[in-house]
Amino acid sequence: MKALQNLFDSIKPNFEKGGKWEKFHTLYEGHRTIAFAPDLITKAKGTQIKDATDLKRVMITVVIAMIPALLFGILNIGHQHFIASGEEATFLDKAIFGALSVLPILIVSYAVGLLTEFTFCVIRNHPISEGYLVSGMLIALVMPPYIPLWQVALATIFAVVIGKEVFGGTGMNILNVAMTARAFLYFAYPAQISGDQVWTYLGEKTAVDGFSGATALAVAYNAGVEGTPAVEALSSHNASFGADFSFLNMFMGWIPGSIGETSTLMALVGAVILVATGVASWKIIVGGFGGAYAMGLVMNALAVNEYMAMPAQYHLVMGGLAFGVVFMATDPVSAAQTETGKWIYGILIGVLTVIIRVTNPAYPEGIMLAVLFMNVMAPLVDYYVVKANKTRRIQRATV
Amino acid sequence: MSKIVKLKKGFDLKLVGKAPLEMSNFAPATTFAIKPTDFPGIQRPKVLVNEGDTVKAGTPILIDKALDQVIYAAPVSGEIVEIKRGEKRKLLEIKILADQTITHENFGKIDLNQDREALAAKLASSGVWPNIIQRPFGIVANPSDTPKAIFISAFDTHPLAPDFGFTLQGEEKYFQAGVDALAKLTKGKVHLNVDGSKSAPAIFSGVKNAQINQFSGPHPAGNVGTQIHHLDPINKGEIAWTVSPYGVVQIGKAVLEGIYDASKVIALTGSELTKTGYVKTYSGANVSSFVKGNLNSGHVRVISGNVLTGEKVNLDGFLGFYHNQITVIPEGDYEEFLGWIKPSTSKLSFHKAIGMLSFLNKGEFKVDTNTHGEERPFVVTGVFEKVMPMDILPTYLFKAIVAEDFDEMEELGLYELVEEDVALCEFVDPSKNDLQELVRHGIELLMYS
Repeated sequence: MKALQNLFDSIKPNFEKGGKWEKFHTLYEGHRTIAFAPDLITKAKGTQIKDATDLKRVMITVVIAMIPALLFGILNIGHQHFIASGEEATFLDKAIFGALSVLPILIVSYAVGLLTEFTFCVIRNHPISEGYLVSGMLIALVMPPYIPLWQVALATIFAVVIGKEVFGGTGMNILNVAMTARAFLYFAYPAQISGDQVWTYLGEKTAVDGFSGATALAVAYNAGVEGTPAVEALSSHNASFGADFSFLNMFMGWIPGSIGETSTLMALVGAVILVATGVASWKIIVGGFGGAYAMGLVMNALAVNEYMAMPAQYHLVMGGLAFGVVFMATDPVSAAQTETGKWIYGILIGVLTVIIRVTNPAYPEGIMLAVLFMNVMAPLVDYYVVKANKTRRIQRATV
Repeated sequence: MSKIVKLKKGFDLKLVGKAPLEMSNFAPATTFAIKPTDFPGIQRPKVLVNEGDTVKAGTPILIDKALDQVIYAAPVSGEIVEIKRGEKRKLLEIKILADQTITHENFGKIDLNQDREALAAKLASSGVWPNIIQRPFGIVANPSDTPKAIFISAFDTHPLAPDFGFTLQGEEKYFQAGVDALAKLTKGKVHLNVDGSKSAPAIFSGVKNAQINQFSGPHPAGNVGTQIHHLDPINKGEIAWTVSPYGVVQIGKAVLEGIYDASKVIALTGSELTKTGYVKTYSGANVSSFVKGNLNSGHVRVISGNVLTGEKVNLDGFLGFYHNQITVIPEGDYEEFLGWIKPSTSKLSFHKAIGMLSFLNKGEFKVDTNTHGEERPFVVTGVFEKVMPMDILPTYLFKAIVAEDFDEMEELGLYELVEEDVALCEFVDPSKNDLQELVRHGIELLMYS
């Protein structure tokens, strides 16, 4: 390791004041602190010791929590492909196929995002923050497998610049960066991110007869329109290929959808990691699932069509709810920041997701808009929680 | 009515280097210093002596021209050997070379049956007054104020903190006299807050003229700010005073003996001291005689006070006025390969993020001064709340101070806090912000503008 340290030391003068690459000092520091935890010490006054945990470790915890979803997503992309094309395939075939379609998206997301971030850090002379470690992974996981790479790049730049840097960088953003990327594509290039054709990557091949690429949410919505019971419609969908939308299949994630969002199980594995490590708020996660389930029950009670009558637990395993609640809603910067606020914020995300899904014909998936809407509303929620705290203090003074 | 308060929020730092409850033998310190920087409220310090003057213990050597009734007295008798100034002639240290035997100024026993103003004036001129701290702001109290109550925390939950039951043993009558004097100074009560998790030591359990409350739970249960919040919180426009148990004893000695006795028993702690223990010295002692030749390694930081709220001093620096403890830990200026991701059970952390396994380790931790990361904006939420056992929203308060929003600072409770109340927040912060400095900045904004 001494060699690496020496290498860093040898190029250091170039980045110091007066050096030829002085402007890129922040990049030098950024890379050195990834290789080596820095040799900074506490000040003469103030705490003389500091906790061994830093933001890098917090962020990498989130990335690790997403890896099960990523790996499953890779496998599932292959799985869906071979079902659609009607070919027999081994586990390895599926994994390789999936990796070949997912990894380019992941690489583009990280490369473009980090480049944008570095550019801003250099221009503004900010230290490089770790936030994009998480955002880069999230952006890839919420993309359909069929997305053109230039769209990934464009969305990433939009999200980092408009979603984050214009507000002052990491810690200052109002909207979740990855959701901003997805929403950008959703409204700018809807053809590549919605409908029935984009969720299963076929390449040159054509789908076998009778195969439908629709997502579970679309199937359930159509069931509501056509008047067939939703559960029946879901379980008979693509049933002849062994790819029906049974509760178990949806829970496991063997369904078409964005790369990382399909598996409720993998989202729950991530949730366990995030909650056990204390990195994400369990209040938001429990609130999100609870809110969606409760709203599902309300829909059942008021049911005027078959979609509304669909058992409430189906909402928890369909679409991206689990992924969104576990990984998107819990982003501490864009979420509510007070403890009471986190309950309200989480519950409302669940409730809004189900309302958007069931009652809005234009948007089959509700979690994206629910999270973005609540990102915007989170400061308002916090405002009232903070105000209550101030009021308690003022009332105390008068008694 | 005495109160029993059980706290859940907080964090106990279990560190290597606890002092065993016994007196150690060290060569006595020979030089002592008064450092105006120990008193955050001092605005215009003025030295009353010159280099070469001889003083007795209790001789006034410093005043604050903004609060000139209060004198800051020499802790020992001897010769003023140096008046050290820094940039812009800022007064840093007034050093005294101590006599072999300490002689005291005698200003006569203090009659507690005089009126409040006269008593306060007498104490202010005796040298013991700087022990009385005003809340809000954490500054030396103004003798002409009448506080709504006076609070004494009889136990210290900071890492490796001294045990007052041990350091103050035998001082029972002085402690009682100190409490009696304080009771005269307030229109409300004197609150004596003891550790509810064990039976109070003799010096505190029998005290009269005070309400004895019990606090239990992790640090900061022993912080007087936490205790005030749960007993009688400070609102805008109110004033409360706090005194450490040592300060109470000093006041008691002034009352009963008519002298300023700055002798104190301090704890020598920390992983880098070969011999830890307790030693008797005087306020402002030079630390070198306790530290030199008593170190396990060469590259250390000597801290006057504890690792959360203390201050770095040189190997021949001086003990802070309010400090009863010296802590010595390794300096942490090293790089660690992939230190931000390496799993470890031996690195102390409040968090459980991936690889941070210190919560599995029930033993004591050896800590150094490395920051374990660079400064970042506030990102993680909900962490400060877990170590702040008050109804205060720390993140919002910190942001209000950063934004210099005066109304928000007031409304969010800055009047209830001083540096030590947010020391744990500063320790656990993964974004490594200097929150104690920030709180002092906020306090100064409220005080001076």
